[in-house]
Amino acid sequence: MNALGISRLLAQPWFYASAGAILVWLVIVGHSQGAGGGAVISAALNYSVFFAVVGLGQMLVMASGAGNIDLSIPANITLAAYLSTGQMVGSDSGLVAGFVAGLAGGIAIGAANALLILAFRIPPMVATLASGLVVESFTFVYSRISVAKPSPLLADFTTERFAGVPYVTLAAIFASVALIVVLRRSLFGRSLFACGQNETAAWLSGVNVRRTRVAAYVLCGAFTSLAGILFAGFTGGPSLNMGSEFLLSSIAVVVIGGTNVAGGQASVLGTWSASLFLFLLLSMLNVLQVGPGLRNVITGVLIIAVLALNKTNRMQLV
Amino acid sequence: MIAMSNQEPSAASVGATLNALGVKQFGLSFIALALILVIVFWLRPNVASYNGLRLLLNLSPVLVFTALAQMFVMTAGDIDLGIGPFVGLVNCIVAGLLNDQPALAILMLAGCAVAYSLMAALIHWRQLPSIVVTLGSSFVWLGLALMVLPLPGGNVPAWLTSFVRLHPPLVPLPIILALVPMVLAHLVLNKMSYGVVLRGIGGSLSAVERAGRSTLKARMTLYALAGVCGLLAGTCLAGVTTTGDANVGRGLTLLSIGAVIIGGGEFVGGIVSPIGTVLGALIMQLSGSLLSFASVAPAWQYSVQGGILLVILALRVVSWRRLRP
Repeated sequence: MNALGISRLLAQPWFYASAGAILVWLVIVGHSQGAGGGAVISAALNYSVFFAVVGLGQMLVMASGAGNIDLSIPANITLAAYLSTGQMVGSDSGLVAGFVAGLAGGIAIGAANALLILAFRIPPMVATLASGLVVESFTFVYSRISVAKPSPLLADFTTERFAGVPYVTLAAIFASVALIVVLRRSLFGRSLFACGQNETAAWLSGVNVRRTRVAAYVLCGAFTSLAGILFAGFTGGPSLNMGSEFLLSSIAVVVIGGTNVAGGQASVLGTWSASLFLFLLLSMLNVLQVGPGLRNVITGVLIIAVLALNKTNRMQLV
Repeated sequence: MIAMSNQEPSAASVGATLNALGVKQFGLSFIALALILVIVFWLRPNVASYNGLRLLLNLSPVLVFTALAQMFVMTAGDIDLGIGPFVGLVNCIVAGLLNDQPALAILMLAGCAVAYSLMAALIHWRQLPSIVVTLGSSFVWLGLALMVLPLPGGNVPAWLTSFVRLHPPLVPLPIILALVPMVLAHLVLNKMSYGVVLRGIGGSLSAVERAGRSTLKARMTLYALAGVCGLLAGTCLAGVTTTGDANVGRGLTLLSIGAVIIGGGEFVGGIVSPIGTVLGALIMQLSGSLLSFASVAPAWQYSVQGGILLVILALRVVSWRRLRP
């Protein structure tokens, strides 16, 4: 590969996350003298799919403009997990009703966020933080009156594998390819990036800025609740604090994946790579028997390092 | 200042109007706090006494200092997602080391404040978004806290626990610990001449640069102030709870952002109010007590906290609509 090719590769938003994931995987395989490399990838694909799906939702919101962010994600995940498994009650007959209930909850949260932000002009960070708090209350009350148990089919779907790749991951990869096409080719995708790059310019050229932002938040709500439903199946049932680890990691995977925090640009592949990178990093530190304290320190330093290296994340505003 | 108003006349004039309406900036939160206090006193008349207030506001200095830390970062137009875990780290150092190895502990605490300032330098040099740098550093703070104190516990120095139990005449200690930092922060940001530079970098970086001031130095100063407030928050927390816990700060980050915004702060930078921030912190702190006094089930506490946040902001937007660009 010539110098131009390399510099073009380095400029790709997803490059650093992918390179990091491969590097970490090589360390794991090297440490175990070449054994279990496939199993590690298989586990990573299974676990990181939930973070990738949530990250893709967060990515759409962040790409829609500077300051846009969804902090109601943890509450959304937990609510969707309880609503869906509450309909399933451990049997496959409630599977469809469960998905409908969970997704309806997530879409409602996304719509409420959009309403608060666009109609009441509350800053996204506070609006979604507050809506998350309200949702948490509802989940808490609902969790006490419902019997939450995922259907066997859902549990199998999230854990069984086809040629080493979990079914849930295969489905998510297909959906992600569809998302890439939507972002690159569809009116919504072009409008989303236009809004993120310059709201006024987008509005002047006839883009419906409000409708595009509403769509971003609603899609984020839907993606997040979908991840919540699947995660409940994966873990064998919901718990009240199951969403908490998704708050910071949803932001981390988006940004490490090369999506610009200032909006206007996004990378589906990068978000996936970053999800794999974070999971593999955690596995590597586990394999190397690093204690929980040092593990967190290394994770934090690497997040900052990847960010400092990646040129796409420079602030374009201010 | 002249350079700034030449830079962006419309933004500057709106900013000037807002500053002139300093009271309006936190007026709503003042009314909200008064309302909450009246309801609390009405539900529990015993609270309206020296000791009642002292116990009611027992933990409020922690949120007051954390919110002020967040406010200093937001002055630069940045967001600190790591302040909660940072308070947790300080809490662990104070509880885990200060009593047995005071020299090492003080060195580490000083290092923490310096680290905050270095974070500002990194953000400045590499032009990184603060939200992600502080997100990354939140993992570092949590990790360091776990290394200092792997399990909750520790041994808080006796002088600290007796300090938080002090009974100053007339005014309970938590109220002093809210008023003093409030006045100091107000003096630094709104009365000192350097405060103009500090708020200026949130308003317009290029204007401050053209005025011949170092934006790097200003941002590092703001972050150092935030670090010091974080140190005070963690120390107060250790004094009140008499233990250290690495995970204690998890919820503090979002509460601190809420407090700054309720107090009239804005995400765009440059527009913050130390008085409003302290009021906001007290509102967030007291809304929890209010609900338990009103026998509201704990499950709904989050809901009402979120609701208060939304109502205050929605009201403010309605009353400000004409002023907003």
